Amino acid sequence: MSPSLFPQLEPLLGNVNKPIQYVGGEVNAITTPWESARLRWALLYPDAYEVGSPNQGVQILYEVLNEQPEILAERAYAVWPDLDALMREAQVPAFTVDGHRSLADFDVIGVSLSTELGYTNMLNTIDLAGLPLRAADRRDEHPLVIVGGHAAFNPEPIAPFIDAAVIGDGEEAVLAVSKLILAWQDAGRPGGRTGLLAQLSASGVVYVPGMYEVSYGDDGHIERVVPNASGVPWQVAKHTLLDLDEWPYPKAPVVPVTETVHERMSVEIFRGCTRGCRFCQAGMITRPVRERSAATVAKMVDSGLDKTGFAEVGMLSLSSADHSEIGKLASGLADRYEGTQTSLSLPSTRVDAFNVELAKELSRNGRRSGLTFAPEGGSERLRKVINKTVSEEDLIRTVSAAYESGWRHVKLYFMCGLPTETDEDVLQIARLAKAVIDRGREISGRRDIRCTVSIGGFVPKPHTPFQWAGQLSAEETDHRLRILREEIRSDRSYAKAIGFRYHDGKPGIIEGLLARGDRRVAEVIEEVWAQGGRFDGWSEHFSYDRWAQAADKVFADTPVSLEWFTERERTLPEVLPWGHLDSGLDADWLWQDWQDALSEDEVGDCRWTPCSACGVCDQMDTLIQVGPHDQSAEEWDESIAARSLDPVARAGTNG
Amino acid sequence: MAKRVPPNEAQPVVQRLRCRYTKTGRMRFASHRDFQRSLERAIRRADVPIAYSGGFSPRPRISYANAAPTGAASHAEYIELGLRTAVDPQLLTEVVSRALPDGFDIVEAIPAGGGKLADQLHVSHWQLELFGSEPAELDSALAVLLAARPVVFTRITKSGRKDVDLSSAWVSHTVSSGSTAPGQTCAILRVVVQHQIPAVRPDDILSVLVERTDLDPPTTALITRLAQGPLRESSGFPGDPLARDKDVDEQAFGSAAADPPT
Repeated sequence: MSPSLFPQLEPLLGNVNKPIQYVGGEVNAITTPWESARLRWALLYPDAYEVGSPNQGVQILYEVLNEQPEILAERAYAVWPDLDALMREAQVPAFTVDGHRSLADFDVIGVSLSTELGYTNMLNTIDLAGLPLRAADRRDEHPLVIVGGHAAFNPEPIAPFIDAAVIGDGEEAVLAVSKLILAWQDAGRPGGRTGLLAQLSASGVVYVPGMYEVSYGDDGHIERVVPNASGVPWQVAKHTLLDLDEWPYPKAPVVPVTETVHERMSVEIFRGCTRGCRFCQAGMITRPVRERSAATVAKMVDSGLDKTGFAEVGMLSLSSADHSEIGKLASGLADRYEGTQTSLSLPSTRVDAFNVELAKELSRNGRRSGLTFAPEGGSERLRKVINKTVSEEDLIRTVSAAYESGWRHVKLYFMCGLPTETDEDVLQIARLAKAVIDRGREISGRRDIRCTVSIGGFVPKPHTPFQWAGQLSAEETDHRLRILREEIRSDRSYAKAIGFRYHDGKPGIIEGLLARGDRRVAEVIEEVWAQGGRFDGWSEHFSYDRWAQAADKVFADTPVSLEWFTERERTLPEVLPWGHLDSGLDADWLWQDWQDALSEDEVGDCRWTPCSACGVCDQMDTLIQVGPHDQSAEEWDESIAARSLDPVARAGTNG
Repeated sequence: MAKRVPPNEAQPVVQRLRCRYTKTGRMRFASHRDFQRSLERAIRRADVPIAYSGGFSPRPRISYANAAPTGAASHAEYIELGLRTAVDPQLLTEVVSRALPDGFDIVEAIPAGGGKLADQLHVSHWQLELFGSEPAELDSALAVLLAARPVVFTRITKSGRKDVDLSSAWVSHTVSSGSTAPGQTCAILRVVVQHQIPAVRPDDILSVLVERTDLDPPTTALITRLAQGPLRESSGFPGDPLARDKDVDEQAFGSAAADPPT
């Protein structure tokens, strides 16, 4: 039995900010009786509730696990420093928001890592749970800490703190892990914790860092990564979920009481992307493209809205307008929800006039949000380097369509610090923005046309062609942002029309350290945590100096440094820290793509040009799954059937 | 370029329902905006025919009155719903309560009889359960506090610092022993305070008490609004703010659902 900690927690909640985030009890929250399960997962999102709660990964696994008869899953989030301090004083351990049980009472703590900047929060939560930080110090009675999510594709910087990592899609993986643990329980827990980890490792379902030895050369480079026991696989491959129509999760998303970062329901319309943008880790590690059919999406939207009462639905994917049935889906949904105060959005779109058509269709019903386009690179040359195949003409055509359709404000997203980038490439962003404003003024005949330019710092990520690239220093990034800002501001006729949003280069350097680091970075993370580092994704909590000082301290008298991990360009023979984790991408293909980038050669999308042999489909035995989807016209008609527009009615007459 | 015409017209309201709702258990930690968000979603989940305003961002016609602060429970919160089709008020309380998170419940709904709901909310009856405090200490602390009137404290508001006189809002109080927590006994303060601007909130009463008297801070304070409404001079307690609506409703012989106002 694990008692609820709520009675101890409740007196503390009167003295913290936004206490509602800690109490659970939301619509669609699941509380499975503790005793009814034999295997218990705590799903931890190591950031605040308002960020973690809308996370699709956690919501999916929460349902998938709770549907299993012998398994329960509860959710947990990082607590803010105000509650953290009160909990430590009152000796209340880290808890789940569903049953308010101590995380230490679960069998598995599954940590969802969307970003590397959650590492200090993960450490803090493990500590607040009363567990030893390092996996090697944890004993049989302690839960396993298993991480997943995009950052888990290189878990080496957190290797000493975790027991295992799931690489790739989690749906089937958590069930496979659960099955192995249940079988181990049935067999009388042979070998205890170590025995279980050995079995998990041998199965290939998860990567168990503790079963690998990493050795380093005098120059600081990794010499070898080798299994330290027999039966441990040399490589661990990612999981790829096929047939998304069979996995329509989340079916009943939790409806937060408090405000969160996404005040809407999301339906994932496809997973994966093969546009081939070379900077994009998500696009590289989630291949191949697997679509949900329009009929399944329409059903998920309908039943999800019924179960949640959300007023907005976002159709989620890495490039939503690329769905093979998007036109049909957009107009079908717009028709169905006309007059119901339900708004529809495509959060991730590309530079394409077709997109404006879609946005127009989806918003004919009501509220219009701004339109965002992402050319990513300021110059035509740079866009070839990153394989973002958008010409200036495309961009102008697209914004023209937007202004013609009545939008007066467009947002443009770019990156700074891309490989081969020069000051001149960055200054091109200002020229583009001015051209966009000119076009808008010309079409609308008005002066109140606006364009917001947002700049993100580029961080090279593992399993991408840019994994070998040197990262631009924070100073150089700040310099380029400064000259761009001056260029935009210098011309008074545009100064007010163009908004400029950016962040300084320092957080990107730390993200870069954590993204491409190896096991030696773990001590830096622990030191930063010990010095009070928390919520590193929040500018008001992030401290570059704390990270830089920790890195200096840990790397003193070693051949490596913060710069070594971030600014240094890697060579082909170098053993990469994540080399033994198989994302399915062929190493030679990745290197060739990096060379193509340097020679400004573009690569096509395998959905409509020939396969470029990235290796994923062969390696993972998977296939692109795109439409037209084989379903009857009746099935589509039924899934998109109009809702009764006066549902009083449903309450009134049936009641 | 054509100017965009707002795609939505305001929907006419054919029935106004005044509702009392409660905020108890864990939901006492919800802020007013948290309740608002939950209610709007519950209304959509329950398919209540709420009327929407017009324009580019239509809003459901819901008015909120004098919400209890975050952390305080309440048996007496009030809202008014504008509906585009008349419904059975009793049915509405059931379906919306079911669609709300546990802890939020619509407990009555009455067709509005006229006047403004806010005009009926003059005083609140608060209960403060002070765990760890004895009734005798509380009694003497209150005597000390209220002996020297006015009892002025400073509140930081959006428009700067404002002096608030606690005693001017103070109508009456009682002290007793007991608690709503099983197996625990503590001092309970029940106090009727008048609504004024800036308001005297129950947590103000507690902090002024702890600050100005010998009362030790309670280990936990559980604050509950028992009632709010017009001051009934006869009893010194709040009356039912929906009483007038109920009278009108009765005179109309039955539910408005059968006979929507024209």
